[in-house]
Amino acid sequence: MRKIAVECVGLEKAFDDAGALTGLTLAVRRGEILALIGPSGCGKTTLLRLITGIASPDAGSIAIGGKTVAGEGVFCPPEERRVGMVFQNYALFPHLTVAENVTFGLSGEERGSSARAILRLVGLSGSEERMPHELSGGEQQRVALARALAPQPDVMLLDEPFSNLDGRLRVRMREDVRAILKVSGATAVFVTHDQGEALFMGDRVAVQCAGRIEQVGTPDAVFSKPATRFVAEFMGQTDFLPGLMTSEGVQTEIGLFQPAGDFYVGAQVDVAVRADDVRIEPDPDSSAIVLARHFRGMDNVYRVRLSSGHIVHSQQRHTFHLHPATSVRVRADAGHSLMCFERQDVARDT
Amino acid sequence: MNLDGSTLHRQRGSDVAAPVSRATFPAGLARTMVWVFGSIVAVILLLPVTYLLIRAVDAGDVAIEVLIHARTARVLGRTIWLAFWATISCAAVAIPLAWLTTRTDLPLRRIWAVLTPLPLVVPSYVGAYLIVTVLGPRGLLQKWLEPVGVQRLPDIYGFPGALLVLTLLSYPYVLLSTRAVLLRIDPDWEDASRSLGDTPWATFWRIIVPQLRPALAAGGLLVSLYVMRDFGAVSLMRYSTFTRSIYIQYQSAYNQTVAAVLALVLVTVTVGILALEMLTRGQARYYGNTLGTVRKTRIVKLGKWRWPALLFCASVVTLALLLPTGVLCYWLLRGLSIGVRVAPLWTATKNSLLASGLATCLTLIPALLVAVLSVRRDGRVGYLLDRLTYSAFALPGIVIALALVFFGANYARPFYQTLTLLIVAYSILFLPTAVGPIRSSLLQMAPSMEEAARTLGHRPLQVLRSITLPLVRAGVASGAGFVFLMTMKELPATLILAPLGFTTLATTVWSALEDAFFAEAAAPALLIILVSSLPMAWLVMREQSHP
Repeated sequence: MRKIAVECVGLEKAFDDAGALTGLTLAVRRGEILALIGPSGCGKTTLLRLITGIASPDAGSIAIGGKTVAGEGVFCPPEERRVGMVFQNYALFPHLTVAENVTFGLSGEERGSSARAILRLVGLSGSEERMPHELSGGEQQRVALARALAPQPDVMLLDEPFSNLDGRLRVRMREDVRAILKVSGATAVFVTHDQGEALFMGDRVAVQCAGRIEQVGTPDAVFSKPATRFVAEFMGQTDFLPGLMTSEGVQTEIGLFQPAGDFYVGAQVDVAVRADDVRIEPDPDSSAIVLARHFRGMDNVYRVRLSSGHIVHSQQRHTFHLHPATSVRVRADAGHSLMCFERQDVARDT
Repeated sequence: MNLDGSTLHRQRGSDVAAPVSRATFPAGLARTMVWVFGSIVAVILLLPVTYLLIRAVDAGDVAIEVLIHARTARVLGRTIWLAFWATISCAAVAIPLAWLTTRTDLPLRRIWAVLTPLPLVVPSYVGAYLIVTVLGPRGLLQKWLEPVGVQRLPDIYGFPGALLVLTLLSYPYVLLSTRAVLLRIDPDWEDASRSLGDTPWATFWRIIVPQLRPALAAGGLLVSLYVMRDFGAVSLMRYSTFTRSIYIQYQSAYNQTVAAVLALVLVTVTVGILALEMLTRGQARYYGNTLGTVRKTRIVKLGKWRWPALLFCASVVTLALLLPTGVLCYWLLRGLSIGVRVAPLWTATKNSLLASGLATCLTLIPALLVAVLSVRRDGRVGYLLDRLTYSAFALPGIVIALALVFFGANYARPFYQTLTLLIVAYSILFLPTAVGPIRSSLLQMAPSMEEAARTLGHRPLQVLRSITLPLVRAGVASGAGFVFLMTMKELPATLILAPLGFTTLATTVWSALEDAFFAEAAAPALLIILVSSLPMAWLVMREQSHP
């Protein structure tokens, strides 16, 4: 059994506006859920469309299960690829019942029993004869998932499947969908622009930017060891503080951090600092001041301007109250090593 | 945020507005079929114009003489003048009617909504004849007014008569397109405008009117093309536009060259109008917030204005619909009472239904494929076919008929004077009519429906059958309905191309009118109106219930 389920090499696809691919390379392992995350317009949906065969690449190749389906003069139409897709708008067929939708991709004999089994898997037993417009958003979502899973595709693609659901339902659907995908043993690519969703859903996470993959890795690795500034910024609130590499660590305006990455002593770097790496406490003598408090329920995130003018964020407990314009002392308190990047002279603001 | 259908559907707009690349061309056999089919349709569509061109070039000097003749310029001027004013007056009648029947508490609104588009089924030659009979210098109205000393009404022949008839019979084009938009405008936009401080009147001008612009352009285009293509009304009103001049040349002098050259000029003008429309039309995206559920639109209370509004609706319907049918009934009854033997219409009815039915079926197949290709494919074939089909709008019936006569007589003898040639003419004439509604319903269907079916293992043709066709059924039905009622009343192509002895209801009416046999014209005319009213009323009522 091959380990790689989908292999995309050097994919290019031109578009007038957003959504182009510029030499994208990505491998999806068999049986894993790969969460593909990136800002809108970075070409996530385009990638899915190329993998399903709804669109064809301008250059590059795609292999599914070791067999080339696009590129190198080959083009295999979507119906022959065994790739299931859950569309962002679900694309349920409005003129067919739930059962007919779910069994749409099956041949005659398989239909009767499969519909019941697959609807049980997604928790919709008894809804066989309902029409798509009679279903709630979450139910439509489940039918779309069931429909794509029913033909037992080699690869499942999910295009921002929860973007039409409200917050609480979204969280529940995440868990359910992940469980269903794992039970069915499917290889899946899950597209999202929500970092929480990506970190939760993915066995691995791939971060895409402007038509390329910036980094692929476990959720922990991508979050704590971002390979690029873009990944660092996109995967969590990140500030970049200038620092000087010393033999003890990297010295910044708010203290010493343990650096990750290879830099010579004396190198000028930017340290990627997250809100949980920064402590603040009131200090009338300090020249750093609180600009704003962002109350998030479970915690507070304070935006602080340092005396140098750089901005950092600090996460505090929800009981910790400071008013804007309060002077605070700021110090580094990471407890783990932080990613450093070569200094960029471009003025950055958050 | 709630989770009902409407939220979902409106949110769909966001993802379809994103760059949507379309499905690639189907490979292999399907692709070949598309090409073969596309070429056949293209050749058939190009046939008429090509033939006219050959004809004109052959004639050489004579053609140039006709072209630069002062009479040609006069005919051209009259045609454009009439088309221009008819478009304006149609808009003036149709916009208030559209608004009154969709957005107000007009008494009996639903009934008016069904009645107001119905004049579309009245053949223009019947409408014109009846207007002359009623409003002519010594018509019915004058007879009623004679006791009060009116000896003669002002002459109605010529421009005013033609304008009146064409307005009354073609305003439904503007009405239908405008109303479709009024029914679909998202009430949220109006609410947003009101919440930003606009009065209802300002909202109307700033929100509704800009939305109506494309519909008005489309409706206006149809009206001006209708006027250019019309033969019956201008003939009876003795207003010589192109169609009438062409027919006279063809009939009396049997001068094919002059007819061909005039036809070419007419085609050039109509193509020009189409090009103008295409240039001014924005690249609107249709799918989006029109998907799925549309909530109930706001109803404006008319207050004391409801009575003038009612009077307005009533007079338009009376003049355009009740008067013609009323007079026809009167003629028929009077004729029967004085013992006129009205010839049985079985054959003509059967012929009409046969020709219209066959034409409808034959038109739908290419219409469907043209619509699918043009909406769903990036390919050049789809684009060219779509443009070509659209340009068939520019071909008046009389031009197509002449071209097919020339073609049949010279190159396709076996088809000359057969039903086949007539059906082909109908199909060319009404292909755009059928493509229109199918296109609209395709545009409202998210492409991801078909893509989903492909990823579930269905081949392109299976997808067409299992997904596309069921979902555009409404559009196909409308297209079929329109083609059917258009062919029922079509006159010039039928007159020229019908096989010897093949009488239809339309030709029966025409020959009876030419000989002034009122009673004999009345029965077939009533039959045409009745037979085409049924699909028309059904279309309108469906539009009302599922906007």
